[in-house]
Amino acid sequence: MTRRLMEGSEAMAEAAIAAGCRFFAGYPMTPFTELLENFAAKLPTAGGTCINAESELEAVGMAWGACATGARAATGSTGQGLSLMQESLSEITRAELPLVVFNMARGQSDYYQATRGGGHGDYRHLVLAPIDVNEAIHHVQLAFHLADHWRNPVLIYGDYLLGHTAEAVDVVREGFDPLPEKDWAVDGSRGGGGDPRNLNPIGMVPGIKGIDPDSFWKRLQAKHDAMEAAEKRFDQEHLEDAELLVVAFGSMARFARHVVRELRAEGVRVGYFRPITLWPFPSEALAQAAAGVRKVAVLEQNAGQMIDDVRLSVLGAAPVAPIGGISSDSAGFGVGPLLDIETIRGRVENALDGSGARA
Amino acid sequence: MSDIIRTDRPPEAAARKTGEFMPTLQLSTDHDLCPGCGEPLALRTVLESIVDLGMSQQCVGVIGIGCYTALTSIMDVDLIQALHGRAPSVATGSKRMRPETLIFTLQGDGDMANEGLQEVIHTAARGESVTCILLNNGVFGETGGHMTATTVIGQRTKNSLDGRDAAYHGHPIDMIGLLAPLGGTAYAARGSVHDAAGVAKTRRMVRRAFEAQLRGDGFSIVEILTMCPTGWFIPTEEGPDYLDTVMGEIHVTGEWKRDGQLLQQAADPPEAD
Repeated sequence: MTRRLMEGSEAMAEAAIAAGCRFFAGYPMTPFTELLENFAAKLPTAGGTCINAESELEAVGMAWGACATGARAATGSTGQGLSLMQESLSEITRAELPLVVFNMARGQSDYYQATRGGGHGDYRHLVLAPIDVNEAIHHVQLAFHLADHWRNPVLIYGDYLLGHTAEAVDVVREGFDPLPEKDWAVDGSRGGGGDPRNLNPIGMVPGIKGIDPDSFWKRLQAKHDAMEAAEKRFDQEHLEDAELLVVAFGSMARFARHVVRELRAEGVRVGYFRPITLWPFPSEALAQAAAGVRKVAVLEQNAGQMIDDVRLSVLGAAPVAPIGGISSDSAGFGVGPLLDIETIRGRVENALDGSGARA
Repeated sequence: MSDIIRTDRPPEAAARKTGEFMPTLQLSTDHDLCPGCGEPLALRTVLESIVDLGMSQQCVGVIGIGCYTALTSIMDVDLIQALHGRAPSVATGSKRMRPETLIFTLQGDGDMANEGLQEVIHTAARGESVTCILLNNGVFGETGGHMTATTVIGQRTKNSLDGRDAAYHGHPIDMIGLLAPLGGTAYAARGSVHDAAGVAKTRRMVRRAFEAQLRGDGFSIVEILTMCPTGWFIPTEEGPDYLDTVMGEIHVTGEWKRDGQLLQQAADPPEAD
């Protein structure tokens, strides 16, 4: 173990390189910029390439071309930059390419974008939302593995706090189950033999005239159904005899978990649930966690987005109330007054009223 | 000229199929493009150049969106289907990961000059060792003949019914004139497939562009003017003449830049290669 004090941006770039990422393209934008800087500094010495793309549109295109050759590749931005990339992200998903995408978001208001997508068509991305730098190191490596396993983009939902918080961590290369050979990857070698590869999002098959998007997209839907069934991840604690359940993801979950632990130490019957995958959302686990509670409180730093998924999970078994909200600094980077233990404790305590959680 | 088929005037008798010709890297001659379309001819110059250079099994095509997209099902080349306008960036990522591979894009004028203009400019300026092939017919053929950024003044399209009017619709972009001067551009040429001599010259241009890429000289582009009688709303047999006189007037054919040097005047590619 050689722990080093590292900001999340540096740790995630190192984790990506440890996972075999050899291509990155991005366009500077706060708070994503430092992730790009770290890839630019570290990738060339690891035998890779980092291109400072002239736009997010071009960054995602370059990463598309890189991962199509079988290389592990990633791109990213803030939610604003990802808005520009959505058309390509839809197509990359339907071409079944294993791209890893970072959203170093300005707060948590890109939940809809991450889980519903802003692009066209029926498509899904796996979304991992790390709670801290240490988990981000794991998630980044897991993201490359899952992307290859499913041949599907995986999104890492980070934010300013994750990218700029320095923690003592150790980036260790993780082992995962063996993956199938990338026999689909385009390296140019199959030309001239009558059986070339054609990576496309519309069901084009070489040698067959016309396209068959109907059966192609239905097969993709079946894959996404299998992903949904297999990849739900969550964390929970203090559920026993809980009267109030606090649900939060990513950086906000770190605050929520701290407050729940504090209150539990004081004998308050409050529980904690964190979706680790935002898609697929761990609905069944959340329903079970909420089964005995009188109230569910959703802490998210936005106008109320994940709360939709919480309600769809709890299905009326308990009232679901928002306790977060929009909270920004003057620059709009999502570092607002809500990121404060006392503030959040106050909101959880307000939610306790009438829940019977206090003994 | 006597041993080649004249395409500069309508044939005196109806065409008669005497045999079938298929380039090595084509899986079939059966495609859905219109009679008189120049794109299959342009594709042939690309496929034959790949074979000429012995790169059939080390070649990746990145395809844009347009009529030519339908040709991908008959291409015996490893392909990536990109989005409208985005092929140069996709080609960039592929080339950086597979530098030994011959990488080309296939894009129309709507794709490259309208939707993706900044992509091709940046790719050229960066000097990426990829070759962009622009099939320019001056219209959005697939949607049925609409004005693009290369539509010439006076040209009738479905959204410039009285002809493109500079005062109202603006001016066409000369893509080769735009891209040739950029520092990263090693080779830039514009060919035309309106007659047999044009096809032969175009093939030489594509080959020279590929050679520039394989030498690592930088970015290369060949624009190929193609007939689109359907999108031009003219009889099929008038396509080649219309291309030569109306489009060719503005989009001047020849090599514009070779070996990284801008030419004073667009010139034919040398015969001996």
